[in-house]
Amino acid sequence: MKRLPELLGPAALVLATALLGLVVSASLQTYFLDTLVKVSIVVALYVFIGNSGVLSFGHIAFVALGVWTAGVLTVPESQKGAIMPGIAGFILHANVGNVPSLLFAVVVGMVFAFAVGLPLMRLSGLAAGIATFGVLEITNNVLRYWQKIGPGLNAFSSVPQTTGIWQAAIGALVCVAVAYAYQRSRFGRQLRATREDSAAASAVGISIHRQRLIAFALSGGLAGLAGGLYVHLLPIEIDSLYLDLTFITLAMLVVGGSGSLLGAVVGALAVSGLDSFLSAAENGVNIFGWNVNLPTGTAVIVIGALMAVVLVVRPSGLSGGRELSLRWLRR
Amino acid sequence: MTLAVLNISWQTLADALSLGGIYALMAVGIGLVFGVLRLVNFAYGQLVMAGAYAIAYASVWGWPIWAGVLLCFAVVLTLSAAMDRLVFRPLRTQSPAVMLVATFAVAFLLQSIAVLSFGQLGAIASSMGSLNQPWDIGGVEFRKIAIVSVVVAAACLALLQVLLTRTSVGLHMRAAAMDFATARMLGVRANRVIGLAVLISGLLAAVSALMLTARNPQVTPIFGLDDTIIVLAGVVLGGLTRPIPATLGGFTIGFGSGILGGALPTNQSQYLPTFLFAAVILVLLVRPNGLFTRPGLSAVERL
Repeated sequence: MKRLPELLGPAALVLATALLGLVVSASLQTYFLDTLVKVSIVVALYVFIGNSGVLSFGHIAFVALGVWTAGVLTVPESQKGAIMPGIAGFILHANVGNVPSLLFAVVVGMVFAFAVGLPLMRLSGLAAGIATFGVLEITNNVLRYWQKIGPGLNAFSSVPQTTGIWQAAIGALVCVAVAYAYQRSRFGRQLRATREDSAAASAVGISIHRQRLIAFALSGGLAGLAGGLYVHLLPIEIDSLYLDLTFITLAMLVVGGSGSLLGAVVGALAVSGLDSFLSAAENGVNIFGWNVNLPTGTAVIVIGALMAVVLVVRPSGLSGGRELSLRWLRR
Repeated sequence: MTLAVLNISWQTLADALSLGGIYALMAVGIGLVFGVLRLVNFAYGQLVMAGAYAIAYASVWGWPIWAGVLLCFAVVLTLSAAMDRLVFRPLRTQSPAVMLVATFAVAFLLQSIAVLSFGQLGAIASSMGSLNQPWDIGGVEFRKIAIVSVVVAAACLALLQVLLTRTSVGLHMRAAAMDFATARMLGVRANRVIGLAVLISGLLAAVSALMLTARNPQVTPIFGLDDTIIVLAGVVLGGLTRPIPATLGGFTIGFGSGILGGALPTNQSQYLPTFLFAAVILVLLVRPNGLFTRPGLSAVERL
């Protein structure tokens, strides 16, 4: 019970975002939906990076696979020929509903992460960073050009847009709950022990490879789920699941503070919120009768500068890597 | 005339050599800064991009080539000095992950600034175009730039080797790359060594910008980005901690991607990154410390 704020804090933030998204206008709601999906991605990143302390640039590959899985399984069969002209027969005739497609996205993300993690989790430091980046490169390259298995460079259009505010919020909450359950489990604790002192952790019998692999597969599954939610939100294309998304989600994690679940959620909400506000302001918004109209491109520059400033001034992130606790609240 | 076994032409070979040479220079630039700062500078590609824009705009304005080259060096050196002072120095004591993400932020920022100020379409660096013309040697046509870049890369690397092994400041740099704390205790000045490493790294970025614009005069905001990604992989592949393995890693990956690009059938050439990175991952799994390092001098360990 004492540790419950660790779960309730981030969950409450997600819920508050969802509720706020319910009351705003439809055009503003798209920003809230996008933010909730980003929360899922960043929490998925946190499960591995936060707990293990190893940087991974490959997680957007698992998001892309989630997008691909849920996408090819839910485009109506009558439309598949038009969107994916080269598609293989077994995908052409495979069709499932909304929830099963999300479950498949989780499974595919998890299985793929497990398969690549099996060899790659033996690496650490920069070698791990470059190798996981290689996974992203390869996944992106194959999904982009292999038209037998997907739409290639085309967008996943005609996917039923089932990710409304509730589906997005439930998805983000599932990610938060899984991340919490994992970090309180013996697996999560063992992995955090390896992060703090790998030699000492090995000495007391923890297998670093096995613990990292478990976290990698789990976070791959969550990233797959986030991808599934994403493709049901808007007609996305594989090309947009590459470097930019990798930068921005890693930045969210680091700005929030990669050491805690609270940090992951706060970072995603803060950066995403600011990004949404600035993008809206580029088209002109009215805040309490004050008309704001920023020049195009302000958003990217401000976000980039903000990321650099936060890292210089507060390198452990906004949350300082700490979770919400009762003691902290009472003080 | 071809190397019949692999079906690789002499032009492909020369091109691969020149790409290897340019990537070797970029690899040294990244490796030198890593040596003294333990920082992987992801924004290196944006330095190259800035230099390329300098050349492109100099030729758009009708400046003579030497002025464009000077502008390129000035822009790149100013930017790298600013990066060192504003970002690297405050973050010097942080973990490598934080520093890497910080350089991401800088890269992102510079790229957005380029998109905003110069537009997505880019500018043409026509002044270097003459280097792209073919040159006939013994019945085989080579692009001039292929030869020029091999020669320039070799000259730069030789100069650097002299600097590192024959001067006291080079000795300081090598000492700092081995063990920064101990080197400082023995009287190596941190700011001076780091400043010099950043300066040389900037010089190499400017030289790379010159040669990359000659190969591909279309300068866009993502100019040099793909190259940097491949070079980063190459540097880690070779071994980051010391200049020579890093250089060899950069050369290997440039040469390898040139040969692979020539050897792949046209209908599969879009899968070049897949083959390249699959090879990188395989090598890293077998030699996580790098291909060209000796055991016991590693920055990474295997679990």
